[in-house]
Amino acid sequence: MDLSNATFWGYRRANGRVGVRNHVIVLPVDDISNAAAEAVANNVKGTLALPHPYGRLQFGADLELHFRTLIGTGANPNVAAVVVIGIEPGWTKRGVDGIAATGKPVEGFSIEHNGDHATIMNASKKAKEFVHYATALHRTEAPLKDLWVSTKCGESDTTSGCGANPTVGNAFDKLYPHGTTLLFGETSEITGGERIVAARCRTPDVKERFMMTFNRYQDMINRWKTSDLSESQPTKGNIAGGLTTIEEKALGNIQKIGKKCLVDGVLDKAETPTGPGLWFMDSSSAAAEMVTLCAAAGYAVHFFPTGQGNVIGNPVLPVIKLCANPKTVRTMAEHMDVDVSGLLRRELTLDQAGDKLLECMFATANGRWTAAEVLGHREFVLTRLFESA
Amino acid sequence: MTIHFVVHEEGDAVGTVVVEGVKAGQALTGWIMEQDKTVVVKTLNDIPIGHKIALKELKNGDTVIKYGVDIGRTIAPIKAGEYLHVHNVKTKRW
Repeated sequence: MDLSNATFWGYRRANGRVGVRNHVIVLPVDDISNAAAEAVANNVKGTLALPHPYGRLQFGADLELHFRTLIGTGANPNVAAVVVIGIEPGWTKRGVDGIAATGKPVEGFSIEHNGDHATIMNASKKAKEFVHYATALHRTEAPLKDLWVSTKCGESDTTSGCGANPTVGNAFDKLYPHGTTLLFGETSEITGGERIVAARCRTPDVKERFMMTFNRYQDMINRWKTSDLSESQPTKGNIAGGLTTIEEKALGNIQKIGKKCLVDGVLDKAETPTGPGLWFMDSSSAAAEMVTLCAAAGYAVHFFPTGQGNVIGNPVLPVIKLCANPKTVRTMAEHMDVDVSGLLRRELTLDQAGDKLLECMFATANGRWTAAEVLGHREFVLTRLFESA
Repeated sequence: MTIHFVVHEEGDAVGTVVVEGVKAGQALTGWIMEQDKTVVVKTLNDIPIGHKIALKELKNGDTVIKYGVDIGRTIAPIKAGEYLHVHNVKTKRW
């Protein structure tokens, strides 16, 4: 596929980023504001509440990550406007100010000394204004380089490593030379392939940061493990799908970065890249956690290869599923956007499979809903680093 | 020609079954993807889709190679054509 003049139709935001969806979200700062946020989303059509279980008594790096994830989600270019609701005004304002830096419409409401009823009424009025604002926006044509694409695989099996993941790798190899901003991660799931990733780092500095990140995660696992992690990493589903060891799973996983792209930088969880290229994000390998972090980092489209059939979606980031396992594409057809099972029958070349995925990427970017969107998968899962105070 | 299993590259100790219903005693055709060659191996066991067949004899404690890379160690001797999974192979990490 010749991508040299490729474009897509998206929503250009005030900060220059281009989104492929146009959500008005109602974002709770904390667990106890979920009820008000969901009430607002119920009152005002065209809005989406993002309930989650955290945000009270967190501190230090864990609190920083909490806000980086919430603010990053609000700041994501797939979001047109944001209503923030928190129990008290201080942390509510912190969320609002972070999102306001993008220039998009955002307003905060706090519940203490107002109660749910007044908060819901005031927030609903603002949410209605935001829906009118968002629905009056138009898609405009944007160059391919403005599309940020992340990847993470899930419920992998051995077909992931020989079919779906190399397909993502082929697509990444085709996107990379055009100045796109790409992302992969899943730190524990590099175990056994870390030297291969390290060898692909662009500079010695990037390589050193990658290995430090990788080794820190290994140390964390070694500190807390009570077994060899079998059934956790690889998961019970991975093992049922034929994956035997973490090394085997990791070598399949890293097929997603293709054969040509170099790793240009290393990011902390939910951190936004500072330029084009392929970025590695230190992250959990659990699907919903990782995809939530990708959305918070500002990604607009996500490639999600699966083997046994993970069903995940995200509220703001369209998740494109691809699968090479013929049994899974038959038994879970409604979840799959791209069937690449022909690869394993030699009916499809890797180049053709990569093009098929890119065609689906453009269709999704231009507005077609993914299977996960149609099926209502909106998993929004915040990564925690340690206990609350 | 039906491909029953795929091998990432020549020299790998294992192939991945990519069809359903593989039965013990069946002669299986494998596709070595990197070199684009085929091989035939007789399976000693029923092997589910996605699961692995040993392509060569392995001694207890041997390193298992897939993608041309170490994916773990055997914890039992394994014959060529035998089903290879968590009952006879373990991680070297963690």
